[in-house]
Amino acid sequence: MPEISRDEVRHLADLARIELDDAELDHLAPQLSVILESIASIAGVAAADIPPTSHALPLTNVYRDDVVVPCLTAEQALSGAPASEQQRFSVPRILGDEQ
Amino acid sequence: MTTLLSYDDAIAAFDPAMGLEVHVELNTATKMFCGCPTEFGAEPNTQTCPTCLGLPGSLPVVNRKAVESAIRIGLALNCGVAAWCRFARKNYFYPDMPKNFQTSQYDEPIAFNGYLDVQLEGGEVFRVEIERAHMEEDTGKSTHVGGATGRIHGASHSLLDYNRAGIPLIEIVTKPIVGAGARAPEVAKAYVAELRELIKALGVSEARMEMGQMRCDVNLSLRPHGREKFGTRSETKNVNSLRSVERAARYEIQRHAAVLTSGGTIVQETRHFHEEDGSTAAGRIKEEAEDYRYFPEPDLVPVAPSREWVEELRAGLPELPSVQRKRIQADWGLSDHEMQSVLNAGAIELILATIAEGADAASARKWWMGELARRSNEDGIELAALPITPAQVARVAALVAEGSLNDKLARQVIEGVLDGDGDPDTVVEKRGLKVVSDEGALGSAVDEAIAANAAIADKVRGGNLAAAGALIGAVMKTTRGQADAKRVRELILERLAAQG
Repeated sequence: MPEISRDEVRHLADLARIELDDAELDHLAPQLSVILESIASIAGVAAADIPPTSHALPLTNVYRDDVVVPCLTAEQALSGAPASEQQRFSVPRILGDEQ
Repeated sequence: MTTLLSYDDAIAAFDPAMGLEVHVELNTATKMFCGCPTEFGAEPNTQTCPTCLGLPGSLPVVNRKAVESAIRIGLALNCGVAAWCRFARKNYFYPDMPKNFQTSQYDEPIAFNGYLDVQLEGGEVFRVEIERAHMEEDTGKSTHVGGATGRIHGASHSLLDYNRAGIPLIEIVTKPIVGAGARAPEVAKAYVAELRELIKALGVSEARMEMGQMRCDVNLSLRPHGREKFGTRSETKNVNSLRSVERAARYEIQRHAAVLTSGGTIVQETRHFHEEDGSTAAGRIKEEAEDYRYFPEPDLVPVAPSREWVEELRAGLPELPSVQRKRIQADWGLSDHEMQSVLNAGAIELILATIAEGADAASARKWWMGELARRSNEDGIELAALPITPAQVARVAALVAEGSLNDKLARQVIEGVLDGDGDPDTVVEKRGLKVVSDEGALGSAVDEAIAANAAIADKVRGGNLAAAGALIGAVMKTTRGQADAKRVRELILERLAAQG
């Protein structure tokens, strides 16, 4: 049975940039375990001859031609941005290092 | 202050292993997953759509041409091509990817297990094994505001332009390169150079490193001779010229060796390369393995190139650079040494393009390897980056061939073009650089020179033809270099023979 530890939940929260305090961790870790267990029960149904799938549709090779289509104007592109400057999206100071 | 061990001492004690990761930006008209244009230098955020901005409800669709380019790169690198593979999400939070993930490939790359043979100076061939080549997308461009000179450190906020986000990238990863010893940095440079030639020959990218169309990460680690296991590696990011690739590898070998011999340990970290002095500096420390939580991209169906398509693409591969070089060397009648200097200068394509514009091979080679190579050295820029086109060089060669310019004037014309004075014909006109072809004016200059140098003229009359050089020099001086030396020599010899 899959079990997710408190430390793993803390790590996932870090990766998702979600701050969780100890009480929240205590609350969420067992819940996530239950969810994982429920999903894992599907594995019991799938026989060995059923491979895992990532897509619901039995399709491959869906392509488009390399042809330019009209795109958004800068105004449209920036219209949903909380802040912009010099026709660019403005984001808060980036902490840590450059990727 | 970083301590370095001398390169010789480092190599005497250690064996280097390198891994090279090269990103190539494809020259498709549109992005990897949407129909936005990919033109360089467009106004910020004018080449975006809901898909590449990661807006809710948008769906990516794969660019067939990008897949084709990826397969062709794989085939040219002697790779196997996957019969079935998927895209994957690489999850990370960074504003250069508005989706909060980069669509990439993870454990199912489109091409894998290949090799590229690279030739080193002196003719030895070193085989670099390729681990994989996979498809992904480029990120947006950040500008950091408020800190010192655009650095992220101390910036108050950052500005994002997503024109580049979603442009198709192919990442080509080598297997660990071992056994090159002292020549490891040279192998690194030769590999990236060969890869660049290959990419250009395929026509899938212009692969201009100075424009970021090709970028290289250099991973390096050392092991003491006789030991099997290599030490911790460092990853030097975005090393963006051939020379820098060599310098970065060399620097890291010396730095690692200094740390290890003094009993220290190498920290696993990314490092930034500094172009100015060839050093690297610590960046982000990797406390734990990167956790990108890759998973198969649910919005894109698998890519399953048919074997027929792959074979068709294989059959359509162009002559590869290593084969082309052998043919060219034979065609142009160059020695190994001459060929090597043409290669080192990155001049092959420029010379070929100049020949295609009508110049003969010898003069095309002469100008690129002479005057222009000298200027590129002086200015510290690559030949191809000089502000002169093969067509312009061909025009200069044509002017020389028809006798309107001599070599000296031609050099001045080239200088004029490089200085931004326009096309060769414009420069000729502006600067009054035409060979004096007025036979009358030339004739009197010759007569004057003979009269002024009677003793030398006598020597020539006496059969000492070498002495004519001094007379030619005198004529060139009075015509301020604007005479055709060959014609001057003919005139001098005619006159002295007639008088004698």
